Amino acid sequence: MPVESIKRDYSLIGVNSNLAEERGLASAHWYAAPIPRKRLKELMQRRNGPAIFHTLLWFALLIITGGIGYYTWGTWWCVPAFMAYGVLYGSASDSRWHECGHGTAFKTPWMNDVVYQMASFMILRQPTPWRWSHTRHHTDTIIVGRDPEIAVPRPPDLWGIPLKFFGLKSGPIEYRKMILHCFGKLAAEEKTFIPEGEHPKVFRVARIWAVIYAAVIALAIARHTIMPLVYIGLPSFYGAWLMVIFGLTQHAGLAEDVLDHRLNCRTVYMNPIFRFLYWNMGYHVEHHMFPMVPYHALPALHEEMEADSPRPYHGLWEAYREIIPALWRQAKEPTYFVQRQLPPSAAPFQAPLMKADPA
Amino acid sequence: MNDGWIRACDAGEIEREDVIRFDYEDRTFAVYRTKDNRFYATDGLCTHGRVHLADGFVMDSIIECPKHNGQFDFTTGRAKRTPACVDLRIYPVKVEDDQVFIQIGNVENCSL
Repeated sequence: MPVESIKRDYSLIGVNSNLAEERGLASAHWYAAPIPRKRLKELMQRRNGPAIFHTLLWFALLIITGGIGYYTWGTWWCVPAFMAYGVLYGSASDSRWHECGHGTAFKTPWMNDVVYQMASFMILRQPTPWRWSHTRHHTDTIIVGRDPEIAVPRPPDLWGIPLKFFGLKSGPIEYRKMILHCFGKLAAEEKTFIPEGEHPKVFRVARIWAVIYAAVIALAIARHTIMPLVYIGLPSFYGAWLMVIFGLTQHAGLAEDVLDHRLNCRTVYMNPIFRFLYWNMGYHVEHHMFPMVPYHALPALHEEMEADSPRPYHGLWEAYREIIPALWRQAKEPTYFVQRQLPPSAAPFQAPLMKADPA
Repeated sequence: MNDGWIRACDAGEIEREDVIRFDYEDRTFAVYRTKDNRFYATDGLCTHGRVHLADGFVMDSIIECPKHNGQFDFTTGRAKRTPACVDLRIYPVKVEDDQVFIQIGNVENCSL
């Protein structure tokens, strides 16, 4: 029997926004694993050391790969150099943006703020709107009509997903918003989660970004070479692919409209290089459940919660062996999702699963 | 209750640089103890997400909301980090005979 495709309304100003509130899914109480307060306090402790070391290493690698790219410009050797530079610029910046946006990377607040601003520029996410967008994502994780950061709405746009890998969908959207912000305006959806008092910051930073981009473009034109843009601006596109590979593992194919992160997040074990690039965001169930725990303590938090959580995925390969078939099936059957299983030792899931609604 | 003072807890119930939740009638409060053994009290819910601050993280005189990492200075109630934008109400606190009392009738910070 053919299944009629049902497209849900994911807009923050659409029918499902009010529906989420009526159903008690908005700003609701979420399940938290029972970790003793004393242990949680230990895990929440902030330190500057790990983030300073990782940030200096990140900068050093950017300089090294960028330097190799410069000296090999005009030869094929510059391609691998800029591939590496691009990943460090356009993918690793995602985790720095994320952790510093939470304020947990460094103990010293201004360090979080500085790296946040830099990473925001590199990942092409305007700092103030995305801070508030991400706040809403944590309030209402994968709640349809409330979460502005649902990466793969149902039914999935299978042709559009590959475009994400080089920022070809998100990039133009972000530039359009930046131009809008330069003129002192916000998109309608942005007004639903950015408080009015924050609007001047949005406009100010957008104008600063516009000046930076204008300067880089002007330099490229003046020097008759695309090189300045290869260093600043274009890596947000050509280097974004690994960030997308990492990011899709977070929630794609899992439940919507549930109040238990064990149902709508994945924890994926990764190798040390990926953990450095992704700053342990593979521990995504843990991060959503306890966002006060800094990235360097997430493995320890995972150990505390393991008996109460679904089985983690052993690497990206295992995660994608689930994600790809799930998205393929959702394209024809949008109500389908992967149902995570809990070990016998775990507390039961928080809330009954909600059915998808027609738009 | 005496001049609005109510007993919240034993002093020993709160570890240093930590916070506990105290509920009174239909209101909820957060009671803090600093590293140097001073006590403070605020409204118990974050002004941003209405989440219990007693589940949050205390760093010096800062309480961080457990949901979105918004921060307040609990000694003044001032919102210090977004998404916390609205200040917290704070309440006078006294400690007598190792008992912590909050004066809930006397609100010192009303900037809502």
